[in-house]
Amino acid sequence: MLAALTPEELTVLGLSLKVSLWATLASLPLGLLAAYALARWRFPGHGLLNGLVHLPLILPPVVTGYLLLLAFGRQGWIGAPLWDWFGVTFAFRWTGAALAAAVMAFPLMVRAIRLAIEAVDPKLEQAAATLGAARPVVFLTVTLPLILPGIIAGAVLAFAKAMGEFGATITFVANIPGQTQTLPTAIYSFLQVPGGEAAAWRLVLISVAVALLALALSEWLSRRVAARIAGR
Amino acid sequence: MTLEIRLSHQFPGFRLEVELTAPPGLTCLFGSSGSGKTTVINAVAGLLKPDRADILLDGQPIHQLPPHKRGIGYVFQDARLFPHLTVLGNLTYAARIRRRAPKDLDRTVALLGIGALLDRRPGALSGGERQRVAIGRALLSEPRLILMDEPLAALDEARKAEILPHIETLRDVLGLPILYVSHALPEVARLATTIAVLDAGRLVAQGPAARLLSDPETASLLGLADAGAILSARIAAQEADGLTRVETGAGPLWLPRLTGAPGDPVRLRIAAQDVMLATDRPVGLSALNILSARILSLRPADATGMLVQLDLAGQPLLARVTQRSAQALGLTPGREVFAIVKSVAMARDGESAPEARG
Repeated sequence: MLAALTPEELTVLGLSLKVSLWATLASLPLGLLAAYALARWRFPGHGLLNGLVHLPLILPPVVTGYLLLLAFGRQGWIGAPLWDWFGVTFAFRWTGAALAAAVMAFPLMVRAIRLAIEAVDPKLEQAAATLGAARPVVFLTVTLPLILPGIIAGAVLAFAKAMGEFGATITFVANIPGQTQTLPTAIYSFLQVPGGEAAAWRLVLISVAVALLALALSEWLSRRVAARIAGR
Repeated sequence: MTLEIRLSHQFPGFRLEVELTAPPGLTCLFGSSGSGKTTVINAVAGLLKPDRADILLDGQPIHQLPPHKRGIGYVFQDARLFPHLTVLGNLTYAARIRRRAPKDLDRTVALLGIGALLDRRPGALSGGERQRVAIGRALLSEPRLILMDEPLAALDEARKAEILPHIETLRDVLGLPILYVSHALPEVARLATTIAVLDAGRLVAQGPAARLLSDPETASLLGLADAGAILSARIAAQEADGLTRVETGAGPLWLPRLTGAPGDPVRLRIAAQDVMLATDRPVGLSALNILSARILSLRPADATGMLVQLDLAGQPLLARVTQRSAQALGLTPGREVFAIVKSVAMARDGESAPEARG
């Protein structure tokens, strides 16, 4: 099936998958922490954190992309020290596309995981404590296995969002073939040139195929996990 | 081992102030809901931080420790088995997180009769099975103290009967203090070696179960309808007519056949309302079980009734009579009388408390 694709299409598909996968995996630990904090801890700034996490969902993606550019550009207040001290930059690189996708997908991931954590009965965690488990052990042996379906759901949702991310990506890292051009931005490019519809259509079909595949995989995964922890 | 508890906590509306000692054996914390029982047990477990607490286990303070370092085995009302683990996984949880082999796994499994369940998931267990696994899981954490928060409250009578003998075995075999919260008097009467009665955040009575259950003063605290005495006795003989003769020290009792050999100890519970009094040994009466006793005291129980505390060759017995009969018979402390026992409840290892009417 992959043989039917042109080298350019393979590049776009490969980059999209790489960007989305990294966006999902790299933000997962932080997403888990944010979800746990929002679900279980009461602290000053709880509402602020909640708002911050949800901000990319509410802001126009172009605004998010522009803010990322201001913060993580070569002259940005985070980007400049990163470049000066570590020689790391996000601007106009695939890593920047991954960062934009991660930020945009973050609220969806946190929401799914938070719901799963809130569904865990704290009484089970208390029971684990009385059996001799310290807090981190309780989390690893009781909470984490029980929220695994929620984590999978959140990751799949984030991956899908990352695959489709357009506005923040194109604003932050532009649309450079082979560097930052993902499926959506490539489709957009083809639609801008006369006679590009056929090429755009091929990418549309690829997008649909990837989405269906990801959905099937997540269904299969969560069914397996759910059966394992359903207690039957 | 002995557990000593001193704690106070201010709730909106009422204050909890408790000073309690639980010796080895089963100490029952008895009281209506809202009396503070669960607060006490959760404070001992460390799941709740009271304003002030001194909790000593064998003289060692444990109140400053986090729950996982207190060495307690907690059996919750709702079992709280881990749904993602098998029964075996639940039983060995405490050992696994300590990276040790579970101690006494086979013995505990046999003791609770859960060998056939090991590969199952909690979701596939009945309520009684779940509670037995929860008890096993608590025991296998090698606790120095066992806490039980109404472990039978969510179960029907048949399931209760299934669990009760196991709890009795623990009480008699382990040598650990068991703090048992309940508001069900039959359970308390059957299981408790010590009783502490909690009312609106205060301990209103505390002492050996046999004494508290037969003292008219505390009987009213425990709920008058259920006032009664616990009698220690021994099986004397299995009679040819299907009855079992039980020797109480104040005379024999005949009960429907009990399993057991002559000499086996039994705990009998005799409710005050099932005891009639006669000033002369009754003749021409169908009742088999007549014991001679001496009146210790008489106290008014309600508008028309009296509770009579009797001495039965050193053991206490309670009778409930009307004030009218007490007057007509001239019942006074010190007087010798005959107690006609209409009904005896059994409380004994491996036996599911049948009501024996004689």
